[in-house]
Amino acid sequence: MSLTPKEKDFLIDTSRKIRVETVKMLAEAGSGHPGGSLSMAEMLSLLYFKHMNIDPEHKLDPNRDRLVLSKGHGVPGLYSALAIKGFFPVDELMTLRKLDSRLQGHPDMKNTPGIEMTTGSLGQGLSAANGIALSAKLDEKDYNVYCILGDGEIQEGQIWEAAMTSSHYQLDNLIGILDYNGMQIDGEVQDIMDPRPITDKWRAFGWNVLEVDGHNIEELHNAISKAKEQSEKPTMIVAKTIKGKGVSYMENVVDWHGKAPSDEELQKALEELSDEGGKA
Amino acid sequence: MAEKIATRKAYGEALVELGNERDDIVVLDADLSKSTKTASFQKEFPSRFFNVGISEADLITTAAGFSTTGKIPFASTFAIFATGRAYDQVRNSVCYPNQNVKIAATHSGLTVGEDGASHQMLEDISLMRSLPNMNVVVPADATSAKELTKEVAEIDGPCYLRLGRPGVPLIYTEDEEFPIGEGKLLKEGTDVTIVACGHMVERAIFAAEKLADEDISAEVIDMYSIKPIDEELLIESAKKTGGVVTAEEHNKFGGLGEAVSGVLAENNPVPVRRVAVNDTFGESGKGDELMDKYGLSVDDIVEKAKDIMK
Repeated sequence: MSLTPKEKDFLIDTSRKIRVETVKMLAEAGSGHPGGSLSMAEMLSLLYFKHMNIDPEHKLDPNRDRLVLSKGHGVPGLYSALAIKGFFPVDELMTLRKLDSRLQGHPDMKNTPGIEMTTGSLGQGLSAANGIALSAKLDEKDYNVYCILGDGEIQEGQIWEAAMTSSHYQLDNLIGILDYNGMQIDGEVQDIMDPRPITDKWRAFGWNVLEVDGHNIEELHNAISKAKEQSEKPTMIVAKTIKGKGVSYMENVVDWHGKAPSDEELQKALEELSDEGGKA
Repeated sequence: MAEKIATRKAYGEALVELGNERDDIVVLDADLSKSTKTASFQKEFPSRFFNVGISEADLITTAAGFSTTGKIPFASTFAIFATGRAYDQVRNSVCYPNQNVKIAATHSGLTVGEDGASHQMLEDISLMRSLPNMNVVVPADATSAKELTKEVAEIDGPCYLRLGRPGVPLIYTEDEEFPIGEGKLLKEGTDVTIVACGHMVERAIFAAEKLADEDISAEVIDMYSIKPIDEELLIESAKKTGGVVTAEEHNKFGGLGEAVSGVLAENNPVPVRRVAVNDTFGESGKGDELMDKYGLSVDDIVEKAKDIMK
């Protein structure tokens, strides 16, 4: 079912809020990864506020949907979504990366409410998502497992081991979203180690593949809806995105993979991400 | 001591018993199920067995995914792959989040034999015991392997179960219990303590018999639980005998010898001699030949025991 205009506005605004909280917490922390957090804001908005069956009041409901953030350095974006959803207070985002905080620099399932899998060493998340999806099949539960991957991350060999496992076991309850922002620490992904042709690769590994503009709420929504109906195959949604999306000086700039904005830069980012800026 | 049974065979049997007792046990393998003996579980419980193919990193993290849903996964492959190839996965997907994953590794140590150094894992105890949250157990015979497989299923948290390839004699009778965190005092003595694990326990017993012929009274401990280790038993024995020889089928760095030395240095310093592979790789050969060539013979234990008493 397509989104109503009201839903669409709400999800676009939620993506904006995710970005606002992300830049605020990174500036406060003084370190972290803005680029890959901002590029996946629409994915998080759609998953947490439209598609995933989750409830902060019943965090460990055995029938809940799960998200594994395989590109763990994007966790500030995920913390934003979780806080806005009500898993923990929004104020707590300001403790990111600080001593005694529940919000570690990379996802820690034992510390943070709503985090389903500890990640941070790239390439491991899809295997974990497979384990969860296999368990759902074994127990005849109908929850879905989502896994957000980075396009640099798929250079890791374990991703392709896991990709084989997903299709071999016909994990149609597994939906991957590839945050295809084209950049990694050392430069452009295609220059460092070109993963293309990306869609052909996933198809060749036995996956159903959908391609979308990762910042277009409707396209992304339709793809997730389609993926949920897929049978016998896992689905990979290849979502073309812009690294640092929403903050002009961060967009498509490799340097913003892993550094925090200064106070001045933060103010500029917040102006751009204000209600008016976000809708422009 | 006539019948010889491999610890991996006992592991396979224990898995089937566990599978009958509880339905939250799942078993994963990486194309070695006939060798790791998980094939028997597959036969009995095909829906709860998952072969991920030749992909050990995927094996470990998939098991971790299972554990997040409340399952108790046993992930099995050879020791070299489970701990060496997939170390990062064991560290970050299993130990850091303290997942209830059991890593059962077969074909550890020199007694892999003819396959040679590439397959003779001599650093796994070191790698696994240095990981926070990880429990490390090394059964000496089939009876203890079977019991310890059941013990690790009971413990909530990561466990490394180190198993071997060849048949080994039975040391224990069936009614014995093996609580994790304890060791077994197999023979009391007053002159020297021999602390062994795995395939070296049998040799430690023979060494004690040889020493007895020369009127040296050796105490023998099977330290099947290396982490947590039985500090009380070690300290008590060292106080009585005043010297300890450790014996393990592992490199001398980071294994049983250093675990024992650490406990004693902090609590009751006594001289320690280590019978272990002397910081080298092995080679192809028969298991027994390799054990002798690389300094793991009964006489090596005897010699170090006498050396300590000088």
